[in-house]
Amino acid sequence: MAYEDASLAQGNVVTVYRESLRLRLERFPWWFLVILLVTALTALIITTKSTYTEAFSFIRAGLSVTIMTTISAYFIALTLGMITGLGRISRNVVFKNLATFYVEVVRGIPMLVLIFFIALVLVPAVTSSLNTLGERLSAAGLGGLGAFFSSVTNKGVPMQLRAVIALSVTYGAFSAEIFRAGIQSIHKGQMEAARSQGMTYGQAMRYVILPQAIRNVLPALGNDFISMLKDSSLVSVLAVRDITQVAKLYAGQTFRYPEAYLTLAVLYLSMTMLLSLGVKVLEKRFQSS
Amino acid sequence: MSEEENIIVIRDVSKWFGKVQALRKVNLSIRRGSVVVIIGPSGSGKSTLLRCINHMEVEDEGEILIDGQQLPRSEKLINAIRADIGMVFQHFYLYPHLTVLENITLAQRIVRRRSKEEAERIAREQLNRVGIGEKADSFPAQLSGGQQQRVAIARALAMNPKIMLFDEPTSALDPEMIKEVLDVMLDLAKAGITMVVVTHEMGFARAAADEVVFMDEGQIIEQGEPAMVFDHPRHERTRFFLSQILHK
Repeated sequence: MAYEDASLAQGNVVTVYRESLRLRLERFPWWFLVILLVTALTALIITTKSTYTEAFSFIRAGLSVTIMTTISAYFIALTLGMITGLGRISRNVVFKNLATFYVEVVRGIPMLVLIFFIALVLVPAVTSSLNTLGERLSAAGLGGLGAFFSSVTNKGVPMQLRAVIALSVTYGAFSAEIFRAGIQSIHKGQMEAARSQGMTYGQAMRYVILPQAIRNVLPALGNDFISMLKDSSLVSVLAVRDITQVAKLYAGQTFRYPEAYLTLAVLYLSMTMLLSLGVKVLEKRFQSS
Repeated sequence: MSEEENIIVIRDVSKWFGKVQALRKVNLSIRRGSVVVIIGPSGSGKSTLLRCINHMEVEDEGEILIDGQQLPRSEKLINAIRADIGMVFQHFYLYPHLTVLENITLAQRIVRRRSKEEAERIAREQLNRVGIGEKADSFPAQLSGGQQQRVAIARALAMNPKIMLFDEPTSALDPEMIKEVLDVMLDLAKAGITMVVVTHEMGFARAAADEVVFMDEGQIIEQGEPAMVFDHPRHERTRFFLSQILHK
């Protein structure tokens, strides 16, 4: 290989050089450069123009809510997705149907509607049935537990928690499909080999199938995180003060729409770009080994 | 022959895949410590029969006894029996995310509940036995096909099986790697492990088998000592099959 390269270079130094330059220009990620420029330009405007500086510092206050909502909902969704994914391929009829029911219902409802429904219908329904349960328990003489259940009020569940629940439930269904596909991508011989050694289904899953499956779906799960970050903006409809909500508030108060929404858009864009770079690195690392 | 000498007894076993009948009332008894080679054209049911012995496939009719004990149909009860039956597959099925050593210790630890030290000691012993002790820390993808299959054999042996099942262990190998695997299997045969081998390697069958079983269309057509079956086949179908593969 090295020898071939050397002989090639000796004869056609100039053409090889030109070829590679052209190729490099063609392959160069120009789109990324443009994004970088736009981001840098916006950053420059934010630091120099006072209205933008004000908008940015106002919106920045929502950053922790956005990040915390995304991270906590993501990890709950992963857990939910793993369990549901296993359910989808389970031979247990009840488990399988429950899992499929959940996935199909979530996939058939717009995320925005689901967020309204979970936060404003499901959570109140659960708290009120807990209250009823609490009253019954108190009446049955279990005062301590009864009082605890009775004390759970609808208002006691903050909107941010409801937002996290709603996002988790939605993304749990998405990641369930990722896990299912990942598990099914593993050759059935792996399960056979493990079972032939006397492992139970659960042991084979845990020690043989899942480690391989999860590795295969890491990039997809990473992309899910990015989507989750973007979709977390939907929780602003619950008046949760994430960056979208505070940007909306800022724009409403000041009527400075470009300041509010350009800053907001670039804020999301720089976060997602950074994350997708991370996913690409992850992908490369797992492809090579 | 008394029942106790037979470690495997297969009685009237039938198996269907949908409408296709893969096994038709098969009867076969295998003596403890013997080497049985099953031959036959593809689709004759030989792999299915082998896979019934540890219930990777469950027979629809009939029964299979291992050490006098009927194979349970329950998923929970079968695991202990499977742990005592080593299986080697055509495509090795090593665990690609684990090193060679971990491949061999995994089931020892979680099924046999051996300590890490003990499992590793046994794993290294078995790796040396199959002649690749130096590959303990490699990953399966770094090994040749022949080496991978030898690891698979070591993985099965580390469980101290009573029986070893081989499902076309050399069929997926490049020709130059077949011998190294067959040599390991010949050593095992000499060591007195009960072996049931589905293979097309007639040389191995002649050298190692106590009994050769010829199957066709889900039935055992004839069985006997290798010299008998190979040199004086009684059935036309056996003769035809042997002439086919010897001309290959």
